[in-house]
Amino acid sequence: MADLRINLAGIKSPNPFWLASAPPTNSGYQVQRAFEAGWGGAVWKTLGDPILNVSSRFAAVSFNGQRVAGFNNIELITDRPLDVNLKEIYETKKRFPNHAIIASLMVEPKQEAWHEIVKRVESVGVDGLELNFGCPHGMAERGMGSASGQVPALVERQTYWVKEVAKTPVIVKLTPNITDITATAEAACNGGADAISMINTINSLMGVDLDSWNTIPHVAGKGAHGGYCGPAVKPIALNMVAECARHSHINVPISGIGGISNWKDAVEFMLMGATGVQVCTAAMHHGFRIVEDMIEGLSNYLDSKGIASVSEIIGKSVPKYSDWGNLDLNYNIVAKINPEVCINCNKCHIACEDTSHQCIDMLKDVNGKSILKVREEDCVGCNLCSIVCPVDGAIDMVEVTSELAPMTWNERQAALSGIVECKADVTK
Amino acid sequence: MANEKMQRISLSNLEQNFLEVEQGLTNQEAIEESNRCLYCYDAPCIKACPTGIDIPTFIKKIASGNLLGSAKTIMSSNPVGASCSRVCPTDELCEGACVLNHSTKPIMIGNLQRYATDWAMTNGKTLFQPGQANGRTVAVVGGGPAGLSAARELARLGYEVTIFEGAEKAGGLNTYGIVSFRLPQQISYWEVEQVEKLNVTIRTNTFVGKDISVEEITENFDYIILAVGMAHVPNLGVEGENLKGVYDAIEFVKATKTGQVTSDFVGKRVVVIGAGNTAIDGATCSVRLGAENVKILYRRTEEEMTAYDFEYEFAKQDGVEFRWLTAPKRIIGDETGRVSGIECIKMQLGEPEKDGRRRPVAIEGSEYVLPVDAVVKAIGQTRHLQLIEEFGLEHNGGVVKVDLDTFQTSNPKVFACGDVVFGKGNGDAMVVTAAQQGKEVAHAIHKQFSVVGTVN
Repeated sequence: MADLRINLAGIKSPNPFWLASAPPTNSGYQVQRAFEAGWGGAVWKTLGDPILNVSSRFAAVSFNGQRVAGFNNIELITDRPLDVNLKEIYETKKRFPNHAIIASLMVEPKQEAWHEIVKRVESVGVDGLELNFGCPHGMAERGMGSASGQVPALVERQTYWVKEVAKTPVIVKLTPNITDITATAEAACNGGADAISMINTINSLMGVDLDSWNTIPHVAGKGAHGGYCGPAVKPIALNMVAECARHSHINVPISGIGGISNWKDAVEFMLMGATGVQVCTAAMHHGFRIVEDMIEGLSNYLDSKGIASVSEIIGKSVPKYSDWGNLDLNYNIVAKINPEVCINCNKCHIACEDTSHQCIDMLKDVNGKSILKVREEDCVGCNLCSIVCPVDGAIDMVEVTSELAPMTWNERQAALSGIVECKADVTK
Repeated sequence: MANEKMQRISLSNLEQNFLEVEQGLTNQEAIEESNRCLYCYDAPCIKACPTGIDIPTFIKKIASGNLLGSAKTIMSSNPVGASCSRVCPTDELCEGACVLNHSTKPIMIGNLQRYATDWAMTNGKTLFQPGQANGRTVAVVGGGPAGLSAARELARLGYEVTIFEGAEKAGGLNTYGIVSFRLPQQISYWEVEQVEKLNVTIRTNTFVGKDISVEEITENFDYIILAVGMAHVPNLGVEGENLKGVYDAIEFVKATKTGQVTSDFVGKRVVVIGAGNTAIDGATCSVRLGAENVKILYRRTEEEMTAYDFEYEFAKQDGVEFRWLTAPKRIIGDETGRVSGIECIKMQLGEPEKDGRRRPVAIEGSEYVLPVDAVVKAIGQTRHLQLIEEFGLEHNGGVVKVDLDTFQTSNPKVFACGDVVFGKGNGDAMVVTAAQQGKEVAHAIHKQFSVVGTVN
């Protein structure tokens, strides 16, 4: 079995699977159950001045009958007194000394407020701190959470205040509700952050009830935007992790968050630069027990690849992520349909015909059997057919050897400007 | 097996045995199943449906929650689509053509069709409106699937349609001929009601040629559609056929559908002669009436039987026994004139006949007697020869000759569709085929009228 231990900016845990700061980590009872189930760490539900919550808090998107494709909440930070939480953190850490407990924190953007809470929380023995600059609902209206997290200067200043007193590693949790997450990530680094985590939830309105015309969810007939998470946000989160990972000024470990539902998702985040991952929605959907497969699946994957330690995969795909201008314009793939596997649903044909490049023909073979065939000379290799195909292995996207040497857009533009310069010289 | 049968069949509450066997899909099941449909383009299931229902579209509408639209999509192609969702041999038609047969398992198209049409029924929806009156009148003789389908289509095109139906209610086979535990009467009634709502007049208890003359109809209507289907079960041609306890399977099933669930069969021994779908119905009805032992006698073998596979399977599940290569020779009665036994003779298969099926030949000296209390005859149906002759139509042994494109008979004013044009030796005609023919006749009439209209 591969070594699954991770060390994220000095925070050690037996495996990369942490529970994110959220309802599953609301109490000592829950976090201890999670550790018993196998979770490597937990980021305690955000501590701060206790708040009041509303009733009716969660909603989810079902897509074509699949439950919880996306999830949203309007719950705020902890509604339990700070000393109760601190007592339970102390007891949990005592019972599980080798598991990571990170305290998520959110206070007013004032130096003394940050100093006070950091000191109190660290006194009970947490392994690290996570600054919640991401919560998009409720707290943001009071100048906290994403209201702080959307302003790079505020991120930097508050991180700096925390670092003035913190003895444990400080993770800054970033909001995705911003145009360029690397701006706030860089600000966190400038403030002295030991690590960054992303993404927090995305501003969302889950739906409108077609009969009552109420928002979903609603509180006595009124709604407010919530924070969106779950499988649907994974691609957004993965991009943000990758953008930070490949940024030259962001050189701290990343804790990946956003739609991670299984070990495969975790591997993807780690390949794209995350040192560990945090999970919430999948646990809320299925319970803590899902971590068993996450651990086993990850371990089996690493064993099958002959990789001794999970830390070896961190960031391995980052060099493969770049700007569009660095992609090879002369690389070509085309669709190939395997008639033995194809079930003739014709979805590839109509998708290509109506919405792509009109290159899949519905034909009859010599025996009169219906077949689908790609006109390769017209295929642009867009993948659409293979995406809509319901049968694995029916459509392969196959590389076509190019007669032309690789050339990116940037190289092409550089070459063209060279020619222009030459011409200019000639006319001179 | 015996226990299972005991649970399924109640001897104390026979009516309960005649309630619909198959449960409809729950909302959750319908959502899950409809979302499993691939929504194929140019889908093979559509081509496999004799009425060409746009199946992926109606399933998509179930998935989206547009059940009214779904029911309309179904019923616009098939005016008896609620009945067909229950009685079609779907594994030979739409579901047999589903592309998922090649990867996982086919979509339950029949059950989804039932789900959508049940919704429309339960919610009292009227799906279609009559077309603007065009001043033309059509008489439809026979209110079964073919006649109803033709009437529905013509009414939507603006024709003034009158259906002449001999029975007390319209619906034909769907109302009277298919066992209620497969197809309850209210389903057929709803389909009839949908047609009536298009201002179609349905004159029930009106036998053409008896209660109203052929001449009267011919004179008073612009077009006539003959959709009378078939008649009673023919005689076996053996001794003892008139004994008490000998039944015509069609009448036998009809009695159970019209509330006459008798307790006379409890504990009795029944044989059914024949092995088509009607024979299966006769046998499974007997089981549900409490018969202790039910046997199907067939002079050919399992190979040649015309019942659908799922019907055969259903009968076996009901504990019906099959005696292949067995023909009745004589029905034996007791002193009171009641059936007490049947003398059978063993058969063997000889040379193929015209229809390709091997001819059964009796084995001399193989006679034996089965003690039985009732005999149900299900060896096919006779045709309405007299009526066909009164209309003066060319026919071939009761099969009315029609032009395959126009459905016109030898009298250009008279069209025909359904079982009345269905040739012999092709097994049972399907309800869904009759529905399609009804539509086609309607469109043929409309095409002809439109051409005439242009000339005028």
